[in-house]
Amino acid sequence: MPLTDSLRNDILAAVPSLRAFAISLSGNADRADDLVQETLLRALANIDSFQPGSNLPAWLFTILRNLFRSDYRKRRREVEDAEGNYAKTLKTQPSQNAHLEFEEFRTALDKLPQDQREALILVGASGFSYEDAASICGCAVGTIKSRVNRARSKLAALLYVDGAEDFGPDETVRAVIGGSGG
Amino acid sequence: MKDLKSQASRSTSPGKGGLTPEIQSRIGHQLRAMYDDVVRQGVPDRFAELIKKLDAPGASPHVENEGGSNDNNNGRD
Repeated sequence: MPLTDSLRNDILAAVPSLRAFAISLSGNADRADDLVQETLLRALANIDSFQPGSNLPAWLFTILRNLFRSDYRKRRREVEDAEGNYAKTLKTQPSQNAHLEFEEFRTALDKLPQDQREALILVGASGFSYEDAASICGCAVGTIKSRVNRARSKLAALLYVDGAEDFGPDETVRAVIGGSGG
Repeated sequence: MKDLKSQASRSTSPGKGGLTPEIQSRIGHQLRAMYDDVVRQGVPDRFAELIKKLDAPGASPHVENEGGSNDNNNGRD
């Protein structure tokens, strides 16, 4: 369909969540904005192939996701290196406040396999249905469901289970209280 | 000590098949917090202008590619 004003507004309205998706996928704000820019250019160039009445955000997310994946292998090494160092600096610090907790979550998310991460984000954060997420990722609905479940389990294992010591002071306090109370 | 352990495992262990509802909601909450943090930033000027520019009649699709070209990075994919 032609680029009408209303379609243009709808595309604009989708930009904030496209950015959030891109940042969640890539873990890098600059790169995310480059991805969003490429997505918009590609969407506008191919606007004729957009079916009026179909799900515009899903269409845009599909473009972004495909761009990310085609670009991914090219950049993987440099990104992993940067993130690895970043993660290392985080690991040496205790979980002291909400910000660090957030960074830890971010780091754990980056450790998920890409398939699982994108499925979890689409369903758990972007709010797409399993069906839309499946169409964005070009796979079966059941596949999305199992990826989301695996992603959650893995995050839980990374953040809340093997991190028993992460509770640090809290747990010590609890132990002391428990000890004196019993 | 035993007390503490059972308490910890009650609130954190995700069993083989499923996660506790508490952990599920914690993950969901953090995921959305991270995501919504970006969503709340709105539309950066860069994108508003891009869409405006391309909409103008006779606009050229030329957009400066800040941050370098992606095509000619070191060889291998």
